[in-house]
Amino acid sequence: MSLVMATIKRDLLLAGRNPGEWLNPLMFFLMVVAMFPLAVDPDPEFLSRIAGGVIWVGALLATLLSLDALYKADVEDGTLEQWLASGESLYMLALAKALVHWLCSGLPLTLMAPVLGLMMALPDDAYIGMLLSLAVGTPILSLLGSVGAALTAGVRSGGLLLSLLILPMYVPVLIFAASAVYHAGLGMAYNGQIGFLGAMLALSVCLTPFASAAALKLNLSR
Amino acid sequence: MWQWIVRLYHRLGSPKWFYELTSKWIFWLALLSVVGCVVGLVLGLLYAPADYQQGNSFRIIYIHVPAALVAQSAFIMMAVAGAVFLIWKMKMAAWVARAIAPIGASFCLIALLTGAIWGKPTWGTWWVWDARLTSMLLLLFLYFGVMALQRAIESEEASHKGAAILALVGLVNIPIIKYSVEWWNTLHQPATLKLTEKPSMHPDMLLPLLIMILTTYVLFALLVILRTRNEILWHERKRSWVQALPEMLGGGR
Repeated sequence: MSLVMATIKRDLLLAGRNPGEWLNPLMFFLMVVAMFPLAVDPDPEFLSRIAGGVIWVGALLATLLSLDALYKADVEDGTLEQWLASGESLYMLALAKALVHWLCSGLPLTLMAPVLGLMMALPDDAYIGMLLSLAVGTPILSLLGSVGAALTAGVRSGGLLLSLLILPMYVPVLIFAASAVYHAGLGMAYNGQIGFLGAMLALSVCLTPFASAAALKLNLSR
Repeated sequence: MWQWIVRLYHRLGSPKWFYELTSKWIFWLALLSVVGCVVGLVLGLLYAPADYQQGNSFRIIYIHVPAALVAQSAFIMMAVAGAVFLIWKMKMAAWVARAIAPIGASFCLIALLTGAIWGKPTWGTWWVWDARLTSMLLLLFLYFGVMALQRAIESEEASHKGAAILALVGLVNIPIIKYSVEWWNTLHQPATLKLTEKPSMHPDMLLPLLIMILTTYVLFALLVILRTRNEILWHERKRSWVQALPEMLGGGR
């Protein structure tokens, strides 16, 4: 357990010392969302209709961008071997890595989203819904994505491959989350969608660390 | 019975046994798929009555539905074979899983293409974001992911295992994707463009469809067996029984 705590502490410290790691996805998030009014239509009425979906697609892409580095350094500098030799449960370690990833990407994305909501003319009623959907939805992105990151950690140019593997699996999250924001904007109930997201979060907390642990072991036989 | 299954399982693990067993099957499987295809298509295209709404354009169902069914079953089979490999380290299972991936993706593509061709006269457009079309598209993406991962990982053992893990994660995800897409679709566009509800098909229409479904499964089995045999030959090429094969077939040097 102490190893898990130490890993969490070390990764947070690394993120603190190297702010680009969590700042770059945030800037990317901002820029991607800013492209939509430029490319499609800056009319506020139109923007408010697509705001939830655009913000969610932006968050999803930003998460994918930051996932690539999740296990890369650990595989290259031998930390992974030390983990495996330590006998500590890989399940907990995979969970801890996903948690740190969420703290460094999902949480800042959630906190920055209201600013983007303003830019996208998000309806006033939708802010709470958007924050809730991001708070519950982005941990799923981190957990599912960490499986892909573990699978592609030893592959050259794994970033693009990671997106190919993981994007189809993000679809349910995207559907429910964007629909929650949209419904919140119309003043309708959206607790069902948030409930589904919560169920998916519970499922992925339980299952994805198994897949990540199995995938991490592959990087040794390479 | 149980012991028989265990023995069969252990034998299946032997590439040589599988290769020799399937040598006898290929001819019959090929014959069955040709005959089934001819009978099913002749019955379906010439003798089945035209649909009361869609006229003759519905006849593409005899390609479309079997391909879609096989594409979905193939993913399950690939994931199960991958799980067998992960749990019992049975190499044959990994080769079978690798053999299935491109075949399953091809059937998925066939289903999507025939769906688009069918959509043009029926809906007036090549593509709609119908729930079933969308979930087939996502299934194709999952196949692409598995195949891309297989190609990307250099170590053979690791690429088999990685693909198996991804296929299993995908298998858990498929029902979630399917139902979320259905839910999304019913939300956005209420049943305007649904696949015409099957009004309990006329037997003359149904029989060719059943024949075609069975035939497509036979064809799928044949293709998987052929590709698996190639994998076996490649991996066992240094073994004496493979090197003896050309002489047995009358070739020699």
